[in-house]
Amino acid sequence: MAKILMKGNEAVAEAAIRSGCRLYFAYPITPQSELIEYMARMMPKVNGTFLQAESEVSAINMVYGAAGCGKRVMTSSSSPGISLKMEGISYIAGAQLPAVIVNVQRGGPGLGDIQPAQGDYFQATKGGGHGDYRLIVMAPASVQEFADMASEAFDLADKYRNPVMILADGMLGQMMEPVEFKPAKTDEEIADMWRQHDSWCICPNEDGDKKHHHEINSLEIDPQVLEKHVNNIYKKYAEIEKNELHFEEYNLSDDNEILCVAWGTASRVVKSAINELTKTGKSVGLIRPINVWPYPYEAIAKAIGPKVKKVYVFELNTGQMLDDVKIAVKGKVPVDFWGKVGGIVFTPAEIKEKLEACF
Amino acid sequence: MEKIAYRPESLTKTPFTYCPGCLHGIAHRLIAEAIEEQGLTNKMTGVAPVGCSVFAYKFFNFDMAQAAHGRAPAVATGMKRSRPDMHVFTYQGDGDLAAIGTAEIVHAANRGERISVFFVNNAIYGMTGGQMAPTTLPEMKTTTSPYGRKTDDIGFPIRVSELLATLVAPYYIERVSLLSPTDIIKAKKVVSKAIQYNKEGRGFTFVELISTCPTNWGLDPIKSRDWAKDNMLPFFKPGCFRDKGEGVE
Ligand SMILES: Cc1ncc(C[n+]2csc(CCOP(=O)(O)OP(=O)(O)O)c2C)c(N)n1
Ligand code: SF4
Ligand SMILES: [Mg+2]
Repeated sequence: MAKILMKGNEAVAEAAIRSGCRLYFAYPITPQSELIEYMARMMPKVNGTFLQAESEVSAINMVYGAAGCGKRVMTSSSSPGISLKMEGISYIAGAQLPAVIVNVQRGGPGLGDIQPAQGDYFQATKGGGHGDYRLIVMAPASVQEFADMASEAFDLADKYRNPVMILADGMLGQMMEPVEFKPAKTDEEIADMWRQHDSWCICPNEDGDKKHHHEINSLEIDPQVLEKHVNNIYKKYAEIEKNELHFEEYNLSDDNEILCVAWGTASRVVKSAINELTKTGKSVGLIRPINVWPYPYEAIAKAIGPKVKKVYVFELNTGQMLDDVKIAVKGKVPVDFWGKVGGIVFTPAEIKEKLEACF
Repeated sequence: MEKIAYRPESLTKTPFTYCPGCLHGIAHRLIAEAIEEQGLTNKMTGVAPVGCSVFAYKFFNFDMAQAAHGRAPAVATGMKRSRPDMHVFTYQGDGDLAAIGTAEIVHAANRGERISVFFVNNAIYGMTGGQMAPTTLPEMKTTTSPYGRKTDDIGFPIRVSELLATLVAPYYIERVSLLSPTDIIKAKKVVSKAIQYNKEGRGFTFVELISTCPTNWGLDPIKSRDWAKDNMLPFFKPGCFRDKGEGVE
């Protein structure tokens, strides 16, 4: 298929539909509105459900209901709306349901602004909702990757029966880049994907031996039973931490004097700065976590080459992933941080200046 | 021989968890009987609320979901939209539906979601130990209105059936009482009608059931019913507010 020039918000919506997503519930918010609008236009064309909910709270609970019926379902929002979804996300994780949530982050806290930011890292990777649970969190850095992650996210959600978040930002949502789509799933493939959940999901019943009583539920009132339930979920998370580490190594070599760690939009700017520095003979490497949960701690530790004086973290926040990098580095070398907030994206020249000062 | 007392096949064998004299059990039974009588047991699914009936997902003998507090109508929307071949109901208390879940119920009704909602109004938060509900009557004492509900401070009880009847989309809205055997027989007819309309895919159906909470009202079951007859029914008058099937608009 030829490449098409598309906004990230639209590309992820198109890719979700091609991956068999047939239900989408959301509430409008900038900078993700192209996503909800694309779904409003396209879902009816594939006999899917598009529903503009009365709030993000309702939207995520509609997702809970549809996911409980074993269907591929998605919602999307931007930071303030994601906060409202957190109650529902905790229930979805507790009830072990597959669902995909897209966060096109904007500046916060509070109403903040509508420019790109990465301030929801803690919320996405460390909790956000109540209780012991984890989201699989994927962080794209291009429109192509944003689109590709839609189908990966649905596969992971189905495989682990866990909510998956795609943590993008206003820049990736709004900018246009060429994107190539995978072929759309056929109706038969989609029906098969749904049927894989028949053993636990809400579905029509039968008399006799095949009679079932499936419960979509996160309540376990007996502490012993709840403990077992949570421990079982954590066994699943241990599997995810083993299987789903995903990161990019950029310009890594034994000559690196600085190792950068950056994710999403921030990593693009850091790459440009590294390219400039390479031309002047300065060697800087980059680790870009593509999944930010599970987190590639070991990969970062391994990437600290013999000449590395410093690990430098760049984020569009006040230093959130920084904590994970410190855990990975274990004090072996100093860890420095520079970030921009307020929806302002740093420039390659600014990053280059910060890095040059280290040589 | 005619069977006059039996457990409907649409109820599991799990014993109810309700206090003696509580009317939640009767409400469950009416819904279960109506589902069975209309041959819907295998195509039915429901959503349990947060409240004393939180375990309703264990009691109905088909697939069930349990929802976050107040969100049952949104969950049911997701279920009905993804399984249009199934029939969906929610079962909710007055704190669940008329306080924290006000937005969800109003908008599900306003969309005309093809679901049935059974709303058990006992004028109190039963599960959490008897706090004031949006339906608590003026001057009624609860643990969070220890001097009685003051209407100049916290307003009047919400009449949810009347409120929803201002919307155009709902197909059927009726309020019934569970306070006497005659009322229960009438309530059964109304519950059956809601289930029948649901079966026929006609639209949003809503039944409010006036109930009691002997435990938190501090009255025995009989006195609770008498109190509710004297105090709840004059404010929450039973009646049909909408029945598009019978031309009541
Ligand atoms: C988000 C949230 N807030 C509060 C609670 C605590 N809570 C549990 S049940 C309940 C009230 C239920 O009252 P009602 O809906 O009237 O049901 P009843 O028990 O009277 O049948 C509350 C406030 C909760 N579980 N979740
Ligand atoms: S507390 Fe009240 S509503 Fe709850 S089971 Fe007991 S009597 Fe029924
Ligand atoms: Mg109540």
